[in-house]
Amino acid sequence: MIGMWIFLVTEVMFFGGLFLAYTIYRTTYPEGFLYGSHLLNVTLGGTNTVVLIVSSLTMAMAVYYSQKGERKKLVGFLAITLVLGLVFLGIKYVEYSTKIQHHLFPAASLYHPVTPEQATEEQKEHAIPANLQRPVQVFLWIYFMMTGLHALHMIVGAGLLTTMILMARKGKFTKTYNSPIEISGLYWHFVDIVWIFLFPLLYLTGYHLSVGGH
Amino acid sequence: MADNSHENTHGHPENPIKYYIGVFGLLMVMTLLTVFVAQFDLAEKFRDVWLIGNISGVLNAIVALTIAVIKAMAVVLIFMHVRWSSRLTQVIVVSAVFWLLIMLSFTVSDYFTRGGWPLTHGQ
Repeated sequence: MIGMWIFLVTEVMFFGGLFLAYTIYRTTYPEGFLYGSHLLNVTLGGTNTVVLIVSSLTMAMAVYYSQKGERKKLVGFLAITLVLGLVFLGIKYVEYSTKIQHHLFPAASLYHPVTPEQATEEQKEHAIPANLQRPVQVFLWIYFMMTGLHALHMIVGAGLLTTMILMARKGKFTKTYNSPIEISGLYWHFVDIVWIFLFPLLYLTGYHLSVGGH
Repeated sequence: MADNSHENTHGHPENPIKYYIGVFGLLMVMTLLTVFVAQFDLAEKFRDVWLIGNISGVLNAIVALTIAVIKAMAVVLIFMHVRWSSRLTQVIVVSAVFWLLIMLSFTVSDYFTRGGWPLTHGQ
């Protein structure tokens, strides 16, 4: 358990570097971050926030039932947690592909945003004024890096859960031996905490621009 | 291993499920709150009250981060059992936050004191 906690400290510093990059670039390009943030879909991001909160609850329940030695409930709650994790990744896939379709993936050769002047009626939503296209590209780079690294952790978590489900079904865990479940739980909750910070910093920063109709 | 698992179940409440449901409720309410508050540009809205210039977004960031910190603390203390964990685990958690804050605050203060930052790019 202590080993897992120390691993999580290194993970905090790993993501911490990206949060530091976010802080510096946001201070350097405040308009780019406000405008870039308002291009993200708050409904999808918010849904994913709720999905992860529910999955954290079901993971906590799984750990509880592993300590009680109730195998059926353990497997059940692990399975619900895994399904919720996959729902999260599915929604993330929809968000990423929409951004790529809108030519907003920040890599040089793929980044071709339209300006509001050129935009057709259905392009208006993701048009970016010419003077903001560079700063918004920086925001989108941060967005894809941070959520991409987070999604990678979700994929690892889904793999962990799958392994735990298979082991639990075979009856590998007992009241006294359940540390793999507890350790997987710690990892899953950590990944949830990262999203707790990512959601407001990325999705909500420019939300008032969409709602207020500036 | 056996020692560790004993250590970590030590002092757990009889029925933690009511704590879990409580944290779940708190997380949902806090999520709704943070989305609701984000609809407004707080610095703009309270400009007369706070007697502040153009700091659009700063007040929003403070509110959003405060809510996020409360949510994270609830997850760490209850879902991750740190409230009932050994003193060693608690020290490790605090040290993680401490080092993170050192990294963020020292780097930001370095940027701030070199002059010419924040730069004004774009518009």
